[in-house]
Amino acid sequence: MSLRPCNSTGDGTLSKEVIDANFEDLHAPLTALQANAEADRCLYCYDAPCITACPTSIDIPTFIHQIRTDNLEGSAKTILSQNIMGGTCARACPTEVLCEQACVLNAEGKKPVEIGALQRRAVDSLMAKANLAHPFERAADTGRRIAVVGAGPAGLSCAHRAAMLGHRVTVYEAKAKPGGLNEYGLAAYKMVDDFARKEVEFLLGIGGIEIQYHQRLGDTISLAQLRDTFDATYLGIGLDATNALGIDGEDKAGVLDAVDFIESLRQAEDKSEFTVGDDVIVIGAGNTAIDAAVQAKRLGAENVTLVYRRGEEHMSATEWEVDLARTNGVNVRLFASPTAISGDGHVSGMTFERTVIKDGKLVRTGKTFELLADMVLKAIGQKIAPAMLEGFALDGRKIKVNDTFETSIEGVFAGGDCINSGEDLTVQAVEDGKQAAHAIGAYLAGQEA
Amino acid sequence: MADLKCNIAGIESINPFWLASAPPTDKYINVVRAFEAGWGGVVWKTLGEDPAVINVSSRYGVHKDGNQGILGINNIELITDRPLETNLAEIRRVREEWPDRVVIGSMMAVIEERVWKDLAVKIADAGVQGIELNLGCPHGMCERGMGSAIGQVPEMVEKVTRWVKEVVDIPVFTKLTPNITNILWSAEAAQAGGADAVSLINTVNSIVSVDLDVMAPNPVVGGKGTHGGYCGSAVKPIALNMVAEIARNPDTRNLKMSAIGGIETWRDAAEFIALGAEGLQVCTAAMLYGFRIVDDMIAGLSNWMDEKGYASIDEFRGMAVVNTVDWNALDMNFDTKAFINQDACIECGRCHIACEDTSHQAIEFSVAEDGKRTFTVIDEECVGCNLCELICPVPDCIEMRPVENGKPYLTWPDHPLNPMKAAE
Repeated sequence: MSLRPCNSTGDGTLSKEVIDANFEDLHAPLTALQANAEADRCLYCYDAPCITACPTSIDIPTFIHQIRTDNLEGSAKTILSQNIMGGTCARACPTEVLCEQACVLNAEGKKPVEIGALQRRAVDSLMAKANLAHPFERAADTGRRIAVVGAGPAGLSCAHRAAMLGHRVTVYEAKAKPGGLNEYGLAAYKMVDDFARKEVEFLLGIGGIEIQYHQRLGDTISLAQLRDTFDATYLGIGLDATNALGIDGEDKAGVLDAVDFIESLRQAEDKSEFTVGDDVIVIGAGNTAIDAAVQAKRLGAENVTLVYRRGEEHMSATEWEVDLARTNGVNVRLFASPTAISGDGHVSGMTFERTVIKDGKLVRTGKTFELLADMVLKAIGQKIAPAMLEGFALDGRKIKVNDTFETSIEGVFAGGDCINSGEDLTVQAVEDGKQAAHAIGAYLAGQEA
Repeated sequence: MADLKCNIAGIESINPFWLASAPPTDKYINVVRAFEAGWGGVVWKTLGEDPAVINVSSRYGVHKDGNQGILGINNIELITDRPLETNLAEIRRVREEWPDRVVIGSMMAVIEERVWKDLAVKIADAGVQGIELNLGCPHGMCERGMGSAIGQVPEMVEKVTRWVKEVVDIPVFTKLTPNITNILWSAEAAQAGGADAVSLINTVNSIVSVDLDVMAPNPVVGGKGTHGGYCGSAVKPIALNMVAEIARNPDTRNLKMSAIGGIETWRDAAEFIALGAEGLQVCTAAMLYGFRIVDDMIAGLSNWMDEKGYASIDEFRGMAVVNTVDWNALDMNFDTKAFINQDACIECGRCHIACEDTSHQAIEFSVAEDGKRTFTVIDEECVGCNLCELICPVPDCIEMRPVENGKPYLTWPDHPLNPMKAAE
């Protein structure tokens, strides 16, 4: 597929074929020839800035050099040794603000090396191997048991590294499938061919990890119970609640959380059966808002308007993502704050008030306008459900951890989106999980001493 | 526009660019296409006695850079595999149709006087302007006592050159093999035999790669391979040196040279001419890109000559020879230091790690708080080796700046620290 969607036929509907095409891989994988040519552009920098820019510190020049020498297996192992979810990160990372932004070729006015695409080439080639032996080995069994809450990137990364260190891990997952946002979040065209599931299967190949599904903390399991049963507990619970607009009419039918929209769409086998509005409004300015808006357009929505109360430079979505939205025909309206949702039972429109920035502060101008809407997708941020935070010292609205990812409760560690470690990105969650596993190892060793 | 007309060992040519004796010059059709494209001459693919040889299938292997670019080809093809009379008839036809172009007949034979003389006369009678003696082919034919088997023995080089000179009245080019210890021995032998010119270099003995599945050298012929003749830009440095050795040797400096070896561009051509070559022969570049590349060779050389103010090739020919000296004649007092242009630096760190690991620890690396990486030359440690300048991916970012130390030209033989220095 291309970065541009096949657009509507005029009668407001898209055929199944067109919708299927709209949800194919956003970026076709590099061919061997393309990969070699791209790898050859890498300067093999010393102490490379791209490594520093990667939250998981993947040795990028080395893995690219290994692609160049046709040592794809070695290349994949270089990546996975730092980031066991290198496959998802290759697809979903905003590389334009991470490794590729740091590529020294930018300084020469050249296009940066396509690090994400090369990473995908290496990892995919390894995972495509029939009868693949897991590339990492477990250390001797330590006899210690670790509970991990949440089978998302933060939890599974921790589980994998802890298993590698010789511990036995039980993962408790609230949903029916593993993968967290890799499985339920992210736009479908970024994660085609059931990649999230395949990646988890691959990750579990290390052994020593058991996942229990439909287990929600504070519901079917309790922290006290985990602390009693296990030698250490790690929380990779992410952000399970969403922020509300707090305006009239928010309860009307057709007003949805963007994350729910994205999740149902990801899980829909046949995207052409999925219902989308004709006039869709997306509220928000992050990558979740973009994923929702672009996918609504690709499903065939006639008008998709993304509304944000501040200016483009304040949007947390990357420039590339905003460009993608525009290329896909999403109308981006800035400096407008929602004031009310109207409709008789079902949403039919939305009122906004124009805003300006005065003396660095966002102020309302009193001028309003209305937009037609039969679907509103809210993407104004997520948070941890207050019940989950009970008993923890907090850092803002997240769980407070020390330098070793330990929370205020002894033996309970946390990482990923539920702590303040960096951007709420898969790659950061993987890093947190990996580092927390080492910290837990040190904690357990300290207990023995 | 500069005049590219030249005279190569007494043969007038519209330009110095000839195609070397090889697959591109095997047939009438190829040669005519080459002349249509603008080549000044061809050396016909080597002729031998009938019956013609039989070639194997699977003939070329390559050495590539990381981006599919071909640095060198090796081939295991033998001389022409068509009957002698077929080739001679085509040569006659080409000569008639293209009177302003040069056709040189390349030949080889076993080390028997009668055979060399008979074959040379037949080829000369076909109307060629010169004859080239193939004493260099390092694969296949050498196993039959021809090619490099002769070229590696100076006495035989002299002998076959003389035999041919005795029976023809057109210029004779003796083609030299680089697969020897000292090119001067064969060059001097060719000169002693009366050669009007030497052509060099022939291909370099090589195995370009090993097929790790078949476990045999490439090109693989039915599960096995053999060493072949290496050519292309990879051999240019070897060829340049051998041409320079002949040009600066007092005994051979007047020997005319038709230079061969990795010439792909006008710049390569200019370099060989600067080292004393009268003419140039090209093969690999044409095999990689087709005969059309001669366009740029002609235009590029001509433009460069205009820019430099050279009206003819003779005006700059050999100009670099006087500056090509023995190591012992170099100035020990010359000092040059690397200078890094910080504005152009893209912070890749390649200079630092190359110097740190493999040279003189003369490039300091520091990281500022904002992440800016700075690479600075430590003058006291820099020996002026050029490594950083050469590997830097940014053009003109690292410059080698000569140090004005006011010291006189001082060679090693005259150096006070030379223990072998002659007593004064």
